[in-house]
Amino acid sequence: MIEVLYFAWVRERIGLPREKVETGAATVADLIDELRRREDRYAAAFADVSALRVALDQELSSFDAPLAGVREVAFFPPMTGG
Amino acid sequence: MRVAVQSAPFDPGAELTAFTAGVRGAGAVVSFTGLVRDEGGSLSGMEIEHYPGMTEKAISGMVGEAVTRWSLCDALVIHRYGALLPGEAIMMVATAARHRGDSFAAAEFLMDYLKSRAPFWKKETGAGGEAWVAAKDADEDALKRW
Repeated sequence: MIEVLYFAWVRERIGLPREKVETGAATVADLIDELRRREDRYAAAFADVSALRVALDQELSSFDAPLAGVREVAFFPPMTGG
Repeated sequence: MRVAVQSAPFDPGAELTAFTAGVRGAGAVVSFTGLVRDEGGSLSGMEIEHYPGMTEKAISGMVGEAVTRWSLCDALVIHRYGALLPGEAIMMVATAARHRGDSFAAAEFLMDYLKSRAPFWKKETGAGGEAWVAAKDADEDALKRW
């Protein structure tokens, strides 16, 4: 079970800030494929992964990173702080 | 070092005075304050979303790196989230070092990293409705100089 968080327009497109996901996905990219197949709103949010960033357990990571041992995955657009 | 991620407004002048008063051994304090632009009256407000937990960790990591790299005596980062109005302070950075070159460089480094590596997302509200602010390529490119 992985806690998946969504921020900014990713959260708005999916309609949830967070959810628990039961998954056997080996990598972030595999998890995205699983989520995309769920419903149109997920497919819309993950249509262009080049517009997304991912954090694993609150550290920026990459889409080919393994999910073994990860508790929290967050998807969001490029950050606009400052 | 102090990192504050808060929804409450802050007084940049009072923060800078307190920071400067508490610094030991420094010869140069540099500060930067970021404000909500009114964009010629077309912007009515801004909402800043963040990732509680990761935000504090990411900023503390940047501040730690700046302190080591420029031998800072002290550093301060305050960044707000939630609803903000034009003219309000969004964030501030202050750095203290023995000499000004290090204070300036560390403040610029922290600003560049806060822009693209701290998990904040800005949404502007104006006459045309609401829109998420898009990240600029220039902000990502700015990290390359460090």
